[in-house]
Amino acid sequence: MGRDYGDRAALGEVELELAPGQTLAVLGPNGSGKTTLLRLLAGLLRPSRGSAVVLGCALPGETWRLRGRVGYLAHAPLLYRDLSARENLLLAARLHGIGADSASGRVERLLESVAISDRGDDRVGELSAGMAQRVAACRAVLHDPELLLLDEPDAHLDAEARSLVGALLGRENGRTRVIVSHDRDRVLADADLALEL
Amino acid sequence: MDAYRALLGKDLRVELRTLRSLPAMALFAVTIFVVFRFGLDRTGLEGELAAGVLVVTLLFASILAINRLFVAERDEGGFELVRLAPVDRTVLFAAKASALLAYLVVLELVAVPVFALFFLDSAAALPPLVPVLLLADIGLALIGTLISTIATMSTARDLLAPLILLPLMVPLVIAAAGAAEPVLRAGGPEYERFGTWLAVLGLYDGVFALVGYAVFDYLLED
Repeated sequence: MGRDYGDRAALGEVELELAPGQTLAVLGPNGSGKTTLLRLLAGLLRPSRGSAVVLGCALPGETWRLRGRVGYLAHAPLLYRDLSARENLLLAARLHGIGADSASGRVERLLESVAISDRGDDRVGELSAGMAQRVAACRAVLHDPELLLLDEPDAHLDAEARSLVGALLGRENGRTRVIVSHDRDRVLADADLALEL
Repeated sequence: MDAYRALLGKDLRVELRTLRSLPAMALFAVTIFVVFRFGLDRTGLEGELAAGVLVVTLLFASILAINRLFVAERDEGGFELVRLAPVDRTVLFAAKASALLAYLVVLELVAVPVFALFFLDSAAALPPLVPVLLLADIGLALIGTLISTIATMSTARDLLAPLILLPLMVPLVIAAAGAAEPVLRAGGPEYERFGTWLAVLGLYDGVFALVGYAVFDYLLED
């Protein structure tokens, strides 16, 4: 499939097949369409041509069936700046139908796993970019998705945080992952397949 | 229903924390009343003129909130959050319209007493104004939410919202002013065609509730 913005092709035709549990590294220079590919796979964009089958759902027609099954970590954290980290995660949990009792326990475990539970009540707007990225990583896996789409997951993270977030977004539970990164060596070491755009 | 409550609660919590919309709306409405009071050089208004000043001022004040309604969703990922979650996207429409309705009610709790203080001889007209303003608020919230969604996707947001919104609001303004006119007459409230105008307002609300439900999902598509 491919995607255009006006006359410009943001993503030329891409053909790929990824088995469940595999990790695909997507590499390429700025503007090559890496983020567009992730957004297409998440069902956030409609392809201009072609189609895809993601988790058994034919895109773009069955995008609705994908909802709740994909975890998406965007290049920017995309969190409500005037809500606390904890509130952002609890809101996402409620939208994913996770019950209140289960949600608060899960949120606490996730915040602890990336070592920011002590800042969980701070508004996201008051957190550093790296801390916000950790919260966004928690949100991506909060609903235990089958497919993780990660756009520069290491952005803004220091070495310690990279390790914590890396463990959080790892291969556990047989997750299928598509990772966009400029850190070629690091992402290739963690991937089964690579796609150069 | 839980998703609706979560989204509405988020909006109300953020507004209470930041006060980005409500104080501006209230201040705008009060300022307009001051301008009318001194601009018209009148200490009292009645009938059509009173109804027109009240309804149009509230309409313009509402645009301040409508312009901001989806800014966080666009800039802070709220649209993606809803689109990726296993919920009917119209819950976002319902939550946003409810939040806007709440802002309008709070605005009127401030603005209508100020209007009465500036322009009315007695408070007898205020109780019958309640259903008029409530039905007008529902229509304003529904159409305002729809237009705000369209405008948010555009770079000309601040221009686009009023440009599309105001023509669509004309029937609502006519009906609300038509219902308010007899209750604001000088001799005290009258109820000539009051029920008819309320029915028109109710019909307008019903139509835009259905339109919103039908098209909102498509508006969220890229």
